[in-house]
Amino acid sequence: MKENHPEHTEPKQKLRLGWLLKMAWRDTRRNRGKLVLFLSSIVLGIAALVAINSFRYSLQHAIDDKAQSLIGADLVIGMNKEPDSLALAIVDSVKALGDRSDENRLTSMLYFPKSNASRLVQVRALEGGFPYFGAIETIPESASRTFREGRKALVDHNLMLQYEAKPGDSIRIGNQSFVIEGELHKIPGQTALTSTIAPAVYIPRQYVDETGLLQRGSRISYYYYFDLPDTVEPDTLGKRLESRFEEYGMFYDTVETRKESMGDAYDELARFLALVGFVALLLGCVGVASAVHVYMRDKLATIGILRCLGMSGKQAFLVYLFQVMGMGLLGGIAGAVLGSAVQLLLPQLFKTFLPVQVDAYFSIAAVAQGILLGVVVSVLFALLPLLTIRLVSPLITLRASIEHLTNQRDPLRWAVYGLIFLFILVFSRWQMGTWWQALSFTGGVIAAFLVLALLAKGLSLLVKRYFPVNWGYVWRQGLANLYRPNNQTLLLMVSIGLGTALIGTLYLVQRTLLSEVSIAGSENQPNLVLFDIQNAQRDEVINITKAQGLPILQLDPIVTMRLEQINELTGAAVRADTTLDISPRTFTREYRVTYRNQLSEAEKTVKGNWTGTYDGKSELVPISLEEGYAERIKAEIGDTLLFNVQGAPIATQIVHLREVDWNRVQSNFLVVFPAGVLEDAPQFHVLMTRSANDQQAAQFQRQIVEQFPNISTIGLDLILKTLDEVVSQISFVIQFMALFSIFTGLLVLIGSVNVSKFQRIQESVLLRTLGASRKQIFAITFLEYILLGLLAAATGLVIAFAAAWALAVFSFEVEFTLLVWPLFVILGVVTLLTVGVGLLNSRGILNRPPLEVLRREA
Amino acid sequence: MLEVRDLTKTYHSGNRHLTVLHDVNFTIQAGDVCAIVGPSGSGKTTLLGLSAGLDRASSGSVILNGVALDNLSEDKRAYVRNQYVGFIFQNFQLIPTLTALENVMVPLELRGERNVKQQAMELLERVGLAERHDHYPTQLSGGEQQRVSLARAFSNRPRILFADEPTGNLDEETGERVEKLLFDLNREMGTTLVLVTHDLELAQRTDRIIRIKGGTVISDTLTNQTSEARH
Repeated sequence: MKENHPEHTEPKQKLRLGWLLKMAWRDTRRNRGKLVLFLSSIVLGIAALVAINSFRYSLQHAIDDKAQSLIGADLVIGMNKEPDSLALAIVDSVKALGDRSDENRLTSMLYFPKSNASRLVQVRALEGGFPYFGAIETIPESASRTFREGRKALVDHNLMLQYEAKPGDSIRIGNQSFVIEGELHKIPGQTALTSTIAPAVYIPRQYVDETGLLQRGSRISYYYYFDLPDTVEPDTLGKRLESRFEEYGMFYDTVETRKESMGDAYDELARFLALVGFVALLLGCVGVASAVHVYMRDKLATIGILRCLGMSGKQAFLVYLFQVMGMGLLGGIAGAVLGSAVQLLLPQLFKTFLPVQVDAYFSIAAVAQGILLGVVVSVLFALLPLLTIRLVSPLITLRASIEHLTNQRDPLRWAVYGLIFLFILVFSRWQMGTWWQALSFTGGVIAAFLVLALLAKGLSLLVKRYFPVNWGYVWRQGLANLYRPNNQTLLLMVSIGLGTALIGTLYLVQRTLLSEVSIAGSENQPNLVLFDIQNAQRDEVINITKAQGLPILQLDPIVTMRLEQINELTGAAVRADTTLDISPRTFTREYRVTYRNQLSEAEKTVKGNWTGTYDGKSELVPISLEEGYAERIKAEIGDTLLFNVQGAPIATQIVHLREVDWNRVQSNFLVVFPAGVLEDAPQFHVLMTRSANDQQAAQFQRQIVEQFPNISTIGLDLILKTLDEVVSQISFVIQFMALFSIFTGLLVLIGSVNVSKFQRIQESVLLRTLGASRKQIFAITFLEYILLGLLAAATGLVIAFAAAWALAVFSFEVEFTLLVWPLFVILGVVTLLTVGVGLLNSRGILNRPPLEVLRREA
Repeated sequence: MLEVRDLTKTYHSGNRHLTVLHDVNFTIQAGDVCAIVGPSGSGKTTLLGLSAGLDRASSGSVILNGVALDNLSEDKRAYVRNQYVGFIFQNFQLIPTLTALENVMVPLELRGERNVKQQAMELLERVGLAERHDHYPTQLSGGEQQRVSLARAFSNRPRILFADEPTGNLDEETGERVEKLLFDLNREMGTTLVLVTHDLELAQRTDRIIRIKGGTVISDTLTNQTSEARH
């Protein structure tokens, strides 16, 4: 009887890492083309992330570098109401420390007499040497200084282009005419997008009174810019005065606070775009996983031989792990190089959103992250197929047909699933900022993966179970390709489906946001708004409106007031106790309140009764609050609110809560008083009407501006146009990032079609040898890909529908709009692409004699 | 050198059980040259796989060079194979991405030996393929591939060599050359040889023939060659 010798039973086989690396390199021979294809699927995702992250660093660099020009001063103090003597005293106390410039900002109509056209603009009446840092960029350059010397103005260059105005032309703001001194190109800290929404016109402040626009009730903001000596630290000063600023409803900005808020805002955008890039990377990871899976299947025989010759499972695993790591490293480097190149385009792409000129800045950190990410994701997503290496039985050398694996169940697979989940979660947390968002994103991605994977499995099973045995040969063969060994159903469904889902979601969200406004403009909704109508002008405006044949759809009086108390709670108490969770602005802001006896069409009662008139019997005036506002100020029905109506205190009680549809073009209010209280208070009016066409609207607007220069009019077409521009610019950036996903999807598609090419070629050649015609082979291939493409794209669109609906309802809080026909276009394009790529990859089989193909592919 | 006791192998597929080897017993002494013969499906390849430690038996034991393989993990069996066993396969089983020389080097490299290139070249010279050392398997003919496979099998100076139908994929003339080389090398190195074949002519060139049918040993006889040699 022989016994185990200790030397044999506990062999200490060394790993020999050097040799394993050599074996990994040797083993890539004759496969390098395939490996390059594998790694190409992660390149674009890495490139997207490196580009965005590099751009983030470049932007941060630019913001840090040009920080002072972002606000043009050391300290800016602003307020949205006319400063009283106490507020002015604070401003003056700061002025004692350095130089000061004053600015009044108001929205008003700008009238171009030459083209007889008018447009709502933001008027900035400036006095002093602002900007102290950076420049107001104008053409001619001197105009930024010389406009301050007389009744001259700087006009936004886009407006000048639109209304064909030139320097030297005359414009009118309110009652006063100004000569255009130059085109306004850039204001410190302002983005091109801001000028799209509210194009600016600068005038000297000494002439603002002459415009007649500074009337009670007008929306005017007051800004004070300070150039402080080096000895004064603006942030320390700001912090010291913060509580007093709050008390008087003032706000302040320093270079540091602006840098912070700007950095945060752009970081949010960059994080979001990086997530879009991450989706592209995840898509690529699916490609890596499937490619490695197929690659490992090809390598089973080699692994079996190596095991037979004495290689341990760990050593065999390491050989291929090193290959994948190398592949990931190369993919990471290629992605980092491409990403660094792409980031050169980004400043141009983001131009509209940027407050400063950004020079592309090579970021070592972003490149290193990209390379590391390449290795990590390659290894992580290749681990599942790699794990099986450990289980390959050496018996495969004797019996190739059976016994590939010693044991099919491997608990480590669950650990890998866990690692993948953790990776997506941690990475999205890093990009998004909160765990909740990261968890939602990860959940969404995994749900999409699961839906597509389950559908693919279900499809294979269904076709197999209900196989139409009576159908023609071509159909049967095409359908059978969906479930036979080496089928591409799962991979193509997931990659094409995810790509389509992403693009579809972007498109649907964009359409929903735009149609929300379009719908508001349809039917009998108002499309023209007149505001700042003074009491004395009210009747005349009504007459003009009627004379032009326009209906008065809504006419609301507006009274401005401030809130002094919620029950016994004052502004000072709220500032002192932050646990109350009520914004101090509640007590400092100006409220525009209307009074009427009935609810408007956009309002619905949520709680309480609205009688609408005040009979003077009770001490407290019954008022109605918008439900969201009531929630924010922690007020309920029965609570009392004390308002200060331009000096007169009015005690009120909440008797009614309303739900308001804010998306309509009409005046909506947080607070509504009943009729019989505010009639004698100083007030102005807002009028809504509906013009039949643009011409009628333009004619009406002209007449109003001519007769009442202080009245501002705004048309829905302008709102729509502006919104369209804003949404288009944002979606252009998002679509640019989504392109990475689309191209990755295509690469994964090409890769997956390619890796199973040999199998397909063998089958097709056999079929051709047995007498199948080119047409039949073509039809079989066509059928397989059109079925996969159609189903994957359709599923992707259903996921897109769900995602867009969730985003519309929960994130944007708008009604979801489904526009069906563009989805059919997406469906058609994606399906055609799938079929195109599939057929293109199979063309070799169709055009060449069978023997030649077999020899070449072998 | 090899002791097989009550060896049984059963495959399970769902509720079905297929016993391909049933209570097989034999012993092969060091230096013996033995053939296992039998018709297709008789279980001879399974027996070779179990004897060489490529698979685990359902019951019974295999003791190879004093090591009981039954309770060893796959990695430990791999170590045993690397130290004491050589293989020759019907379909050569060369690694397609390695050159002829590298294929021969692998078992030596796995052992962590030095001068592996020189040793491998000497073996390639011995099988007459030194000049083709940098060729890949696909660039070699079947006979050449099997000669590389022979060089690889002997590269780790195995105590026992398992050959599965070594000439099964070769024409007669090439097959004979490979057979001669196999026996010559075996003799030179003093290796124990276990040959699985259904070629009775080839089997007759060994010392002993174990006949197997339906998973059981039906005869275990010495060949004339041995008898003549012993006389």
